[in-house]
Amino acid sequence: MSAPARPVADLKVALFATCFNDTMWPETPKATVSLLERLGCRVEFPMEQTCCGQMLTNTGYGSKAGALVRRFVDVFEGYDAVVAPSGSCVGSVREQHPGIVELVGDDRLASRVEHLTPKVYELSEFLVDVLGVTDVGAYFPHRVTYHPTCHSLRMLRVGDRPLQLLRAVRGIDLVELPGAQECCGFGGTFAMKNADVSIAMGADKVRHVLETGAEVLVAGDNSCLAHIGGLLGRQRSGVRRMHLAEVLASTEEDQA
Amino acid sequence: MSTTTPGPLQQTSATFVGMPTFPQAARAALANTQQRKNLRHATHTIRGKRERVVAEVPEWEALRVAGAEAKDEALTHLGDYLEQLEASLTSNGATVHWARDAQEANRIVLDIVRSKEVDEVVKVKSMVTQEIELNEALEAAGIHAWETDLAELIVQLGHDRPSHILVPAIHRNRSEIREIFLREMGTVGRPAPDDLTDDPARLAEAARLHLREKFLRAKVGVSGANFAVADTGTLVVVESEGNGRMCLTLPETLISVVGIEKVIPSWEDLAPMLQLLPRSSTGERMNPYTTMWTGVHEGDGPQEVHVVLLDNGRSHVLADRVGRQALRCIRCSACLNVCPVYERTGGHAYGSVYPGPIGAVLNPQLRGTASTIDKSLPYASSLCGACFDACPVRINIPELLVELRGQVVEQEGRTAESAAMRAAAWVLSDPKRLAGAQKAAATAGRVVGTRTVRSVPGLGAWTNARDLPTLPTESFRQWWARERGEDDR
Ligand code: SF4
Repeated sequence: MSAPARPVADLKVALFATCFNDTMWPETPKATVSLLERLGCRVEFPMEQTCCGQMLTNTGYGSKAGALVRRFVDVFEGYDAVVAPSGSCVGSVREQHPGIVELVGDDRLASRVEHLTPKVYELSEFLVDVLGVTDVGAYFPHRVTYHPTCHSLRMLRVGDRPLQLLRAVRGIDLVELPGAQECCGFGGTFAMKNADVSIAMGADKVRHVLETGAEVLVAGDNSCLAHIGGLLGRQRSGVRRMHLAEVLASTEEDQA
Repeated sequence: MSTTTPGPLQQTSATFVGMPTFPQAARAALANTQQRKNLRHATHTIRGKRERVVAEVPEWEALRVAGAEAKDEALTHLGDYLEQLEASLTSNGATVHWARDAQEANRIVLDIVRSKEVDEVVKVKSMVTQEIELNEALEAAGIHAWETDLAELIVQLGHDRPSHILVPAIHRNRSEIREIFLREMGTVGRPAPDDLTDDPARLAEAARLHLREKFLRAKVGVSGANFAVADTGTLVVVESEGNGRMCLTLPETLISVVGIEKVIPSWEDLAPMLQLLPRSSTGERMNPYTTMWTGVHEGDGPQEVHVVLLDNGRSHVLADRVGRQALRCIRCSACLNVCPVYERTGGHAYGSVYPGPIGAVLNPQLRGTASTIDKSLPYASSLCGACFDACPVRINIPELLVELRGQVVEQEGRTAESAAMRAAAWVLSDPKRLAGAQKAAATAGRVVGTRTVRSVPGLGAWTNARDLPTLPTESFRQWWARERGEDDR
């Protein structure tokens, strides 16, 4: 954990909402903004942003993602830090953008990508590594279990940062998820192209979630949560799904 | 020698022609609940063992890098090392043959076996001879090829196909194995005892007695090799049961079929390999048997040694800058054991002797993506990354899968999917278009209201077991513009 190099309020922080959250789960970027502002950040949402290109790239259309990478760099390179409530999209920026640029064959863009990428953070990384906090002053009096999504875990290696943050939440009853590190079966278009296998994987994840007796399933990616939540919903399990940002943004007033 | 072959596979294995796509084969496999149970149990057991013994080695990451570097060095200068290997093998008294494809390799082996005037050979478990379907080729010529690895024997006697690289009978349980032994052993040699139980020790004993008479009789042995050391001309086989050593030392003639990617530059390079392989594959610190043979030694071991160096699509893979890392594979099967997709479908769904994550990349690489099964394999992954973490030679399998998806897409040309992706790219490349699409979605959301969505035409694959998230009435972007308008540029 490193202390911030300069006062938090001086950092020019941009929110990368991600197209999926922006469109489908606006509560998550809203929670991210309120959390970061509560911690003293000045957050901007550059309206020109769109998408990291992951869906295209992972489905085999990497060559169509060049314009999105260029846009991403144009929009975000003026900031000190870019924060996204999605391990998967940040993983795509770090792991795929350099490759896409290579595919497109633009050297100047390549060096801009190289410069920008280290400043792009997943939410828990930004909180713990840049702001140097684990207690974000949240209050959430519920039984919670946490699913570490594959891309956070194995691409970004966020490790136990999200758990450090959750453990510091007041009132929380955090219970361990069996087989936590196993993929939930979402995998982008995999959920459609190999729906049967995807559902079989998700069913095991749901079984584990139900074993914990948790009321709320938390993760750092709404895509995985949509898949697991879709299965939980079909089973009428009563378990709610929530993004990490929403739990961390919760305060005593919200719970009243 | 030349390491250039024209394009991917001239020869496609007959067994798998007409194989359904992965999603279709997977659906059938998922319905086999006994197999799913067997697979889950077996993969989780090996997975746990591997994790424990890997954690014992503090320099594991450095070993992985050393292993990857040794293989990369060999692959980067493959022509040179193969020439060196040929020279050292020859000077040690072995005969080297070159085979461009499966057909050529099978013909070479068949000619040698025929020249010995025998009608049977004993075999050490080897992936490469399965890849070229050597047993079938020998069988067609009236020569029996006896598999001597226990699991391989189970598969052979069961008229089955292997479903795992290392544990080919992983999909079978003990009572199934007992039945196979009782039914089949007598038809090809010493029968299983009538009072055979499904006790593992009794099953192994039955196999041992059945195989022993074959070992003692056989004049010709056939093997692959885990490694081929260029500077010393040494071939290496790593195994657990001792059957391999019997095959490698008892027969007068030994034929080893070796993929050209098996070469490593020097004797020193074996050091990381022999640490990486057993820990990754069986979760053992050291495998029970490591047999190394260097040419011919008078009065000791086989008096005639043939080595068939096989290309079969490998030089095509080598030519692919991103794809060539797959040739580092040492067939440890660690990636299979950690793969959540393999765990549920088993190996048969991959339509090849190379199943699991490495199969999903290697098959389309070696065979090309002309067939429906090979086109579907790069998508047989959720890209969870567990395979990359487990791989002892650091093959970035998710990266390769994505790369291959690109090739499939390019080959397919215009499809409904490519039209949808082009449309998505068009919408996402402009924030105004994205906002427009969001507004349309919000309208749809209002129409649907807060009812839980159970099915949507075209989204059957999603909704047959999962609810769809309800659409919000306002995107984040709209909210921000409304609340924090000053930032709206
Ligand atoms: S790809 Fe890696 S993990 Fe998989 S079998 Fe090959 S060496 Fe082992």
